[in-house]
Amino acid sequence: MLRLEALHLRQGGFTLEADWDLPDGGLCAVIGPSGGGKSTLMQAIAGFVPPASGRVLLEGRDLTGLAPGARGVSMLFQDNNLFPHLSVARNVGLGLSSGRLSAAQRVRVDSVLARVGLEGMGARRPGELSGGQQSRAALARVLIEDRPLVLLDEPFAALGPGLRAEMAGLVREMLVAAGRVVLMVTHEPRDAIAVADMAVFVADGCAEAPMETRALLADPPEALRRYLGGVVG
Amino acid sequence: MAGRAGRIGWPGALAAALVLAVIVGPIVAVAMRAEGLGTLGPAGRGALRFTIWQAAVSALVSVALAIPVARALARRRFPGRGLLLTLLGAPFILPVIVATFGLLAVFGRAGLVNTGLAALGLPSLSIYGPGGVILAHVFLNLPLAVRMILLGWQAIPAERFRLAALLNAPVWRLLEAPMLARVVPGALVLVFLICLTSFAVALVLGGGPRATTVELAIYQAVRFDYALDRAATLALVQVALSAGVAALAVLVHLPDAMGAGMDRVVPRWGAGTRALDALWIAAAGLFLILPMAMIVIEGVAGFSDIPPGTWVAAARSLAVALASTAICMGLALALAVSGGRWAIVVGTLPVAASALVLGTGLYILLFPWLRPQVLALPVTVAMNALFALPFALRIVAPAVERSEAQFGRLADLTGLSGRARLRLLTLPRAAGALGFAAGLAAALSMGDLGVIALFAGQETETLPLNMYRLLGSYRSDAAAGAALLLLGLSLALFAVFDRAGRRC
Repeated sequence: MLRLEALHLRQGGFTLEADWDLPDGGLCAVIGPSGGGKSTLMQAIAGFVPPASGRVLLEGRDLTGLAPGARGVSMLFQDNNLFPHLSVARNVGLGLSSGRLSAAQRVRVDSVLARVGLEGMGARRPGELSGGQQSRAALARVLIEDRPLVLLDEPFAALGPGLRAEMAGLVREMLVAAGRVVLMVTHEPRDAIAVADMAVFVADGCAEAPMETRALLADPPEALRRYLGGVVG
Repeated sequence: MAGRAGRIGWPGALAAALVLAVIVGPIVAVAMRAEGLGTLGPAGRGALRFTIWQAAVSALVSVALAIPVARALARRRFPGRGLLLTLLGAPFILPVIVATFGLLAVFGRAGLVNTGLAALGLPSLSIYGPGGVILAHVFLNLPLAVRMILLGWQAIPAERFRLAALLNAPVWRLLEAPMLARVVPGALVLVFLICLTSFAVALVLGGGPRATTVELAIYQAVRFDYALDRAATLALVQVALSAGVAALAVLVHLPDAMGAGMDRVVPRWGAGTRALDALWIAAAGLFLILPMAMIVIEGVAGFSDIPPGTWVAAARSLAVALASTAICMGLALALAVSGGRWAIVVGTLPVAASALVLGTGLYILLFPWLRPQVLALPVTVAMNALFALPFALRIVAPAVERSEAQFGRLADLTGLSGRARLRLLTLPRAAGALGFAAGLAAALSMGDLGVIALFAGQETETLPLNMYRLLGSYRSDAAAGAALLLLGLSLALFAVFDRAGRRC
């Protein structure tokens, strides 16, 4: 599905290597110490950081040189996932078209908003929504974009633990169930166990191949054990 | 790739090419036409000497007075402080010819000061000549200098003042003198540069062998003597002068005068005497407010004397202001969005040029084909757009940069590019800055008395030129009315654009 082929990233003095396949379907957590390169890896897949060497392939298609909007990749950042000057419906509608929406497209926007629990809130500005509702609106845009790979770079980090779990549930229920592949950066190994089928461990300039989450955490490699400390096990 | 900043696209390249062409073309024309510097003559050399001298004295006096005023404003809170800070921004959009009129009402032959002196049996002062030129330049640039130095004061973190107070250390030597050493050279260079290209002030208050600037000499050569060769030679001198000082400006750090946050009061412990600070604030306030008040008072009295021709000129000026604002904002936006790294350099070039120099060049280039009267308004529109560009760009570029930094990745991800990106991201996010910049550009253009004087006949007069001619023909009531009209229109244009930008 997603293939990182001898991918080598370089930013200033920082380097990151990855060479693996992510199988189809499911949710994959990306864990590891901060500054380890989780965000850089996500940005490289989305097309914001050009690789020094190697390739990114999605469903067999080489993404090299493609603009972020043309890769078939959706992404949610830590913040600024909605344009504050556009209405919620317009923000979600950008997933369909940057021009005027047709009547049919507007109906689709409304139905997606209803699915994430924001029925009737399309006319509001993002600033008029609560933090949890803003996350739902951003999720609605990703949902409507209908791109096979979704990257979540800690978009729910600012939410409380309860809301975060709720959003993770929504991600599973809406995105994973619809057959999308989701890569989700998280600082909380517990979150990873709770929602992720697979996990990628990023540390020391290397993104390890994805492993089944339970297996990985049950018998962690040395670097992961150091990172986890006493948290698990 | 990660960000769009520094990216070059065709709109930015086109805008840069246009700006370069409008600056370089006329300068080349001037250089081709100019004769050797030996032909400058005693009058030309006198103008060169006076230009440098008056600019230097104006810069020194403005900055020297600005230091105590800025210090007093930095450390005192008093009723009306906010209003005074707002007024410090006013001279920027106050048309020079209107400001000069206000100074005439206070310091002129029948002005407040001379009336007072006469009542005391003292000899009267004359505002005409070198002293008047410097007085007007100080009036116009003191607020700018105060704003720059005040921002310097407020950039010193409050913790440092606290620490100095705790250690009983000398605040002046430890904090204030080093700050001034950083800010003052830039302020001096900027005021010097502005005064070098002074035309309207010299036109009204100067003249004669003792108070003619190079710009005024160019105007006289073209307009009175029709001596294009001499005008070109003088223009070349002005180019060398401005370019030299602009190069100097690159070397020193130019302080920011646009920055926000001037409402903060620097906390001080055991600082100076209150009375002295109050005196400085009162003196500066009176010096700035009195002429502006006189414009309003005399203008209201003279408003009914405004001749029909002045209203026509006002309508013409409005059209010129709107057209030049549209062009200026188009250029600024194109340079900010897709001008790449050189945008700010190209957009700042007009600072080193002068309207009279470029006007002379255009006169030489276009005169063989077109009558000057036909050119007057289009050339004025172009020049006004050009000279407002550096200010507009310095306001718009950071706003565009900020919107790209915040939302550029989201826009990339949703595939926004070209016009959709402009419409959905750049324009709404930078609306406030665009409105503010457009307001400045419109007000500057509305009040400009420069290149229009070189070209215009009766039927292409703008309002500032019309007002100048009313002044020159001793119709002071009508001139007062026209001054108030011009002031009102300039402020209204600024307010309308600024508010429209903030509403978005």
